Amino acid sequence: MRPTPSQTVGPFYGYALPFRGGGDLVPPGHPGAISVHGYVYDGAGAPIPDALLEFWQADESGNLDGRPGSMRRDEVDGSFAGRDGVTFTGFGRVATDLDGHWALRTVRPGGAPYIAVCVFARGLLHHLYTRVYLEDAGDALLASLPGDRRATLVAAPERDGVYRFDIRLQGEGETVFLDLG
Amino acid sequence: MPEPLTQETISREIAELHELAAKAGGGDHPSRDYPPYRSSGLRHPHRPLVAPPEAYTELRGPVFGVADVTPLDADLTRQHAGEPLGERITVTGRVVDRDGRPVRGQLVEVWQANASGRYPHQRDQHPAPLDPNFTGTGRCLTDADGRYAFTTIKPGAYPWKNHVNAWRPAHIHFSVFGTAFAQRLVTQMYFPGDPLFPYDPILQSVTDDKARERLVAAYDHESSRPEWSLGYRWDIVLDGPSATWMEEGR
Ligand SMILES: [Fe+3]
Repeated sequence: MRPTPSQTVGPFYGYALPFRGGGDLVPPGHPGAISVHGYVYDGAGAPIPDALLEFWQADESGNLDGRPGSMRRDEVDGSFAGRDGVTFTGFGRVATDLDGHWALRTVRPGGAPYIAVCVFARGLLHHLYTRVYLEDAGDALLASLPGDRRATLVAAPERDGVYRFDIRLQGEGETVFLDLG
Repeated sequence: MPEPLTQETISREIAELHELAAKAGGGDHPSRDYPPYRSSGLRHPHRPLVAPPEAYTELRGPVFGVADVTPLDADLTRQHAGEPLGERITVTGRVVDRDGRPVRGQLVEVWQANASGRYPHQRDQHPAPLDPNFTGTGRCLTDADGRYAFTTIKPGAYPWKNHVNAWRPAHIHFSVFGTAFAQRLVTQMYFPGDPLFPYDPILQSVTDDKARERLVAAYDHESSRPEWSLGYRWDIVLDGPSATWMEEGR
């Protein structure tokens, strides 16, 4: 069967898709928690304030089964209840703020050493996939890329447990985006 | 002062790109570099995408459950004290993969303008009325057959700033998850027979005629409810890794 074509997420997804705590895969103070944050830039180097990022990863033991509960609802009044603070769902969703900045709090994935990322934005007709690697070592994709390209996929340690990962949609330092078939 | 960008210019660009696609074969998805949609200019990669040697993580995907949605989330007409203004409709369909297998228990999210073509978003400056009884967001899980269903009102067309006199045809935004992260889809559903179709660079970014038709729902008299609502039917086929690759990945 032929697939349904993609269309841009547009500018007005903000009240529908992002949810409170969407970037907090683990609660503050969780043992081994790390923060990954950065900016999304366009081809002119301007930050993009209307991008939406989704993250998907294994838990610390490498389990990729995922768990429900990323966006729990309150069954009494139907309001948003948020994550339960215990379950690791493996899924995160963050809209960039007006500065084009985003932040994720999670744990290091076990197994394949990266966090999968899906990028949506106004002006982007079809989403893009990339990966956040926390180290530049021991991975077939990284090994297959020339150094300057490889560097776009590796988060830079800023301080203990805090990593910086910028996404450049176009031009100099353009992030490596993936063809997943 | 730059010349104002006219519909004539945009329509000519659209026609040229359709012609190219007719020769070269348009793909199922829009090209990320589609000049008639001006915002795409600085927001598409110049480098070719890279096929990774493995995709363990992307061949699996997030899961959602009954705690993530309430039954009322699928009825956009019941989120406030009063009834929203507009034409009440139901939109139903199935989510399947490219082999036609149902995508079960996965999350479908929708958002849309109200009947006047206005979003309750600060950045929407269209001087059309907000509707205090309509927010325009919904979600549900697909059932064992891959089926989803929403009750809502028909959204209005709205103007935007791509060029002078640019209007979006009425549409509902859809966000759909498959069983693999690599099957993710965000798209828009359109209503049959809308006269704005040929003018809209976002819809026309899908340059293959057949592919573009797959974005248009069908009026479905069977699912219209007497004295209550009009029915539309729209099935969704998720793209993504080839079936064999997926079997290996699971
Ligand atoms: Fe819209």
